[in-house]
Amino acid sequence: MARIVVVTSGKGGVGKTTTSAAFAAGLAKAGYRTVVIDFDVGLRNLDLIMGCERRVVYDFVNVINGEANLSQALIRDKRVDGLEILPASQTRDKDALTFDGVQLVLEALAQTHDYIVCDSPAGIERGAHLAMYFADDALVVTNPEVSSVRDSDRVLGLLASKTRRAEQDEAPVTEHLVVTRYAPSRVGKGEMLSVEDIHDILSIDLLGVIPESPAVLNASNAGIPVILEDKTDAGQAYDDVVARYLGETREHRFLSEKKGLFGRLLKG
Amino acid sequence: MAAHLGDSAAFEIKGRMATLSVLHVLHADPDQVLAQLDARLAQAPGFFTGMPLVITVSSELALSATALQALTEGLRSRDLLPVGVSDLPADLAAQAGLGTVRNLGGERATETRPVAARVVTQPVRSGQQIYARGTDLVVAAPVSAGAEVMADGHIHIYGSLRGRALAGVQGGQDARIFCQALEAELVAVAGEYRLSDQMDPSLRGSAAMVSLQGGALAVTPL
Repeated sequence: MARIVVVTSGKGGVGKTTTSAAFAAGLAKAGYRTVVIDFDVGLRNLDLIMGCERRVVYDFVNVINGEANLSQALIRDKRVDGLEILPASQTRDKDALTFDGVQLVLEALAQTHDYIVCDSPAGIERGAHLAMYFADDALVVTNPEVSSVRDSDRVLGLLASKTRRAEQDEAPVTEHLVVTRYAPSRVGKGEMLSVEDIHDILSIDLLGVIPESPAVLNASNAGIPVILEDKTDAGQAYDDVVARYLGETREHRFLSEKKGLFGRLLKG
Repeated sequence: MAAHLGDSAAFEIKGRMATLSVLHVLHADPDQVLAQLDARLAQAPGFFTGMPLVITVSSELALSATALQALTEGLRSRDLLPVGVSDLPADLAAQAGLGTVRNLGGERATETRPVAARVVTQPVRSGQQIYARGTDLVVAAPVSAGAEVMADGHIHIYGSLRGRALAGVQGGQDARIFCQALEAELVAVAGEYRLSDQMDPSLRGSAAMVSLQGGALAVTPL
C-alpha cells in the first residue's frame, strides 16, 4: 500500500511546488515508484517546475470526471525512472475536485505506486483540505518569517483535526517541518527567524533546511526538479530531506553563513 | 463530506417553570389525611385536577411504606399527580413508586464531586479554540499565537503561552492562569483582560501567574 504525503503550508509562495517536485524526484531516484499530484486546480504550476508542460493532454479533473483514465493523464518523467506527474487542470477551479473523486484516484494510484506526493494549493479551503485529507505524512513548508510560521501552525492544527486519520481516530498524520529560503546571514542580522525559533514555535520534527539559493530559480526556469542539480546547495539540501524522510540520519547543513577562506583563517 | 454529516438531534432539554405543590403530611394514618383532603377538594372541584405534588413528612412522624403507598394511590384516584418525595428515605419512596426530588427547599446540600480537569497533550495551534466547561484546563504543550484556551476554572500551561488564555469565563473571580513562558496575546480572568502590550515586558518569556487581586489583573512571576 502506498504512503500518501501532502506538501502543505497555508501561505502561498513559500516553496510547496518546488518541494513537491524535488521530494518526489528524490523518492523516485531512491528507487520508489512515485507519483506527484498537482492539487492546485486553476493555478497549475507543477508541470512547469517538472518541465512537462508541453506534454499535458488530460489532467486530474478529467480523471475525476471520467473523461480520461489514469494512464492517459499520468505523465512519465523522462529523467527519473518510476516518477510520474498527474497535472492539475488550468481551466477549472477547486470546486471541480470532489471528495469521492479524489479518494478513487488516490486508491487507484496506491495500487501501482509506493509514494503519492500531493502538492497542496495555498490556503485552507477545499483544495488544500482535499490534498491533506487522505495523507499519512505531511511536509509542512515554512519560510523564516512570522506570517508563514503562523500559517503553518494553523495548517498543523488542521492536520490534527480535519484529516481522515484524525476523524477515524487512527495514528495521527506524521508531521515534518521543511524550512525553505533560509538565509543564515539575514538570520544573523535579525531580519529572519532562526531555525531554532521556528522549531520552538511549531514544535515538530525538523526534516531539513533549504538555503535561499539562485539554484532554485534557475532549476524552476529550466523545468528541472532542483534535487537533480546535485552540485547545488539547494539540491543537496533536498537530497538530505529525502534521505532523512527515508530513515537515514544526516546532520543538518546550511544553517550557518558560508565562510570564505579569509573568514575561516581569521576565525581560526 | 460523509464524515461531516451531523446527526440531527433526537431531543433537547429545556427549562420550564411550573409550580410544584408540596403536600406536607402531619398525620401517620393515610385515611385520616385523605378524608381531610376530600373535604378540601369538595370546596374547589376541578381546581386540583392534575396538580403535581411532592410529598414531605414531618420529621417526628414515622410514616410506613404501606401508609405512603396507600396515600399515593389515594392521591392518584383523586386525579392528583404525586411526582416524588422530599426528605424521605429513598427506599421508602421507591416502594411507593416515587422518586426523590432534589434541590427542594435547598436545605440539604447535594454532595459535590470534584470534576476532573480537562487535559490536552497536543499543541494548541493557531485557529484552534479549547474550552474546559465547568472545570480546569491543563495543557501539556505550547499554545500558539492565534489559538485560544478558555476554562471556567484555572488554566495551566506546561509550555509557552503565545495565544489567548481566558480563565473563569463564567465569572469565576478566583480562577488563575499559570504558564511556563508568558508570551500571550491576551490574558483574562473573569472578564478582566490585558493585552500583550499592556504587560510588563520584563516578565515576557518567563514563568508567570495571572490572577485577579482586588478587581484588577495581576501578573506575577513564578
